[in-house]
Amino acid sequence: MADLHINLAGIKSPNPFWLASAPPTNSGYQVQRAFEAGWGGAVWKTLGEPILNVSSRFAAVSYNGQRVAGFNNIELITDRPLEVNLQEIYETKKKFPNHAIIASLMVEPKQEKWHEIVKRVEDVGVDGLELNFGCPHGMAERGMGSASGQVPELVEKQTYWVKEAARTPVIVKLTPNITDITVTAEAATRGGADAVSMINTINSLAGVDLDSWNTVPHVAGKGAHGGYCGPAVKPIALNMVAECARNPLVNVPISGIGGISNWQDAAEFILMGATGVQVCTAAMHHGFSIVEDMIDGLNNYLDDKGLASVMDLVGRSVQRYSNWGDLDLNYKIVAEINNDVCINCNKCHIACEDTSHQCIDLYTEDGRPMLKVREEDCVGCNLCSIVCPVDGAISMVERPSTIPPMTWNERQTLISSLSK
Amino acid sequence: MVPIQENAMTIQLRHNFMELKAKMTKNEAIEEANRCLYCYDAPCIKACPTSIQIPNFIKKIASGNMKGSATTILEANPIGASCARVCPTEELCEGACVLNSSTKPIKIGELQRYATDWAMETNAQLFKPSPHNGQKVAIIGAGPAGLSAARELSRLGYQVTIYEAETKAGGLGSYGIVAFRLPNDVVDWEVGQIKQLGVNIQTNTTVGVDISAAEILAQYDSVILAVGMGAVPNLGIDGEDLEGVHDAIEFIRKTKMGPLTNDIVGKRIAVIGAGNTAIDGATSAVRLGADNVQILYRRTQKEMTAYKFEYEFAKQDGVEFKWLTAPKKIIGNKAGKMTGIECVKMQLGEAGPDGRQRPEEVKGSNFIIEVDAVIKAIGQTRFVSLIEAFGLAHTNGVVDIDETTMQTSNDKVFACGDVVFGNGQGEAMVVTAVQQGKDAAYKIHECLRKPSEIA
Repeated sequence: MADLHINLAGIKSPNPFWLASAPPTNSGYQVQRAFEAGWGGAVWKTLGEPILNVSSRFAAVSYNGQRVAGFNNIELITDRPLEVNLQEIYETKKKFPNHAIIASLMVEPKQEKWHEIVKRVEDVGVDGLELNFGCPHGMAERGMGSASGQVPELVEKQTYWVKEAARTPVIVKLTPNITDITVTAEAATRGGADAVSMINTINSLAGVDLDSWNTVPHVAGKGAHGGYCGPAVKPIALNMVAECARNPLVNVPISGIGGISNWQDAAEFILMGATGVQVCTAAMHHGFSIVEDMIDGLNNYLDDKGLASVMDLVGRSVQRYSNWGDLDLNYKIVAEINNDVCINCNKCHIACEDTSHQCIDLYTEDGRPMLKVREEDCVGCNLCSIVCPVDGAISMVERPSTIPPMTWNERQTLISSLSK
Repeated sequence: MVPIQENAMTIQLRHNFMELKAKMTKNEAIEEANRCLYCYDAPCIKACPTSIQIPNFIKKIASGNMKGSATTILEANPIGASCARVCPTEELCEGACVLNSSTKPIKIGELQRYATDWAMETNAQLFKPSPHNGQKVAIIGAGPAGLSAARELSRLGYQVTIYEAETKAGGLGSYGIVAFRLPNDVVDWEVGQIKQLGVNIQTNTTVGVDISAAEILAQYDSVILAVGMGAVPNLGIDGEDLEGVHDAIEFIRKTKMGPLTNDIVGKRIAVIGAGNTAIDGATSAVRLGADNVQILYRRTQKEMTAYKFEYEFAKQDGVEFKWLTAPKKIIGNKAGKMTGIECVKMQLGEAGPDGRQRPEEVKGSNFIIEVDAVIKAIGQTRFVSLIEAFGLAHTNGVVDIDETTMQTSNDKVFACGDVVFGNGQGEAMVVTAVQQGKDAAYKIHECLRKPSEIA
């Protein structure tokens, strides 16, 4: 049994699985149920000035019959009175002293507002704070959430104000609705953030109803953009985590968020530099019990890898993430088809023929349909192995290069040195 | 037979003949449709005698384009709703599905039914006739081959008249396939679709009785002979005229024409033969309330022509199989009712010209099976006199055709379906008859098309 405890910038929790600030952490009842189910921490649904919510809030995207491939919401921060939330945080922390409770906060970008709310939530015993600079809908129209999270100066300044008052670690939650997330991550670091978390949701419109022509969801015939999350956003989030992890100016721990649905997703985020992860959509889709396999699967994985602690996994793939200009231009892989495993759906052939490099030939041998890769034309794009429905039918295999490795950057350097 | 009063038994009997397989739910259909790999150059298409673009119609179910899905199916197969129910899919499309090698094949038949059921329920008109080109074609027989030819010819602009001896069009679908596999309303809808295209179907019209072959030849530019096959031949043994001796085709036909009767309830039945019609006869007898149903076959399970799924189905229905058993004589009482069959045990000898081992009697092994009724299902007779009335060359009742042109010995007469199928090749499939009907229509069009259209 590996040790799953994490310590994220001083916030300790029994495992790396936290519930993200969202509908699942709306109340003490829910957070206590989550802790009983095994979640290591919870970021409470964002606290702030009183707001009102609309009815009809969520929508999801199905893909080929698979429900909740992506998820969209237009719900705002908590609509419950601050006093009620604080009371429930206090009670929950008392019942679960070893679990992490982080208060998510969102107020107007004013120093006194931040000072006031930080004091009130720290008084009830939270383990840390998460500044919501990410929600893209509703609150952003009032200058909060992603509206302030998109301006590096505002991120830095507000983080600084919070740090003036805070006694617990401060996590800054970043919005992905920005060209380069490392810019705001650096700003948060400059402001004194103890950690950053990412990603918040991505601006989205889930769909249009083809019968009524209403947006999905709609509120009395009108829609507004929401925030997108769920499995579909995982690659976007993973890249943002990795970019921050390999940026020396973002020298704080990262809490990874975005489409994490199981222990494998979590392990990928941890390998790419996240110290822990936050989950929402998967819990909303299946309930709190999914954490059982997350814990169990991660444990077994760490045992298989011979790691004593999940903290030993953090960031292990970061150094493998690089710039395109540092990739070896002379590395060569090609597709290899195993006709004994192949079921002859010919998807690789048509994918290559229509949309890639026309190097998979169909032929028959003793009346049996066969497929073969013309290696000299194969660029190693992987498309055939991606569309192949059968494991082991197509392998991408390395072909030894006859010339030494050379990256684009090395090549350019060499060319410029020759032309001098 | 006396129709019985509406009571518990009638209700039970009617229930017994309702379509066995439930239709897929929308969720099931979409889930299954999404499992289709959408193969390139898909083997299922090649395995379908009518070449339905199967991955396309399945994709359209997944995308919610039900009209497109039904059109894709019915474009290639005018009686695609029937075929969805009666095709031996595991020997055709589903047998060719590449997923047989990895998981399990797509339920193509059930998806095809799901899509064509949509067309039936919405009664969408999916096809239109072309303006008349001034040419007339007569089709003899409104079965799968004839209906298929008629649909295609009317779409090509021909004025089509079908002559059908029965009171209803549909052929095998209306009279020969048990209702719990193929309900009447499916066939009726398909016939209706073809009538909507302006095809004139003259039912209750027997060629040779109500209109002569010569008149038809004189009145039409082309003729398609698609008469299928006739009654079950005699066994050639004593006692065939006793009460209780049934022809399987006639037996099934009565269950399709309704109302169902109770004269089989509690009876012991023997079925002679082991083809698909024998299975239909046997399972119909079970559903009519027979106490015991046994199939007698002079060869073994290995040689029987019934599809494997039909055999499994009959066994599940409790039908017993007596292999290597041949009837010698039907025994009756003084009142002229049969009481049993004298049988003889057989053994397999040398292989015959068809490759199958020939059954031979085991001397002195005669025995008697006590049964109340026997259903003969040893094949079907040919409409030889009708074929000869048209003056067509034939081999044992199978019309000789040029396989590339579908033409008979009379250039003006084309033939398709069961009437050209046979001589030891087992039973023709409905779906093959449909394709032959299409082919005959296209061949006629090639012959009759005006030179200006070709240029």
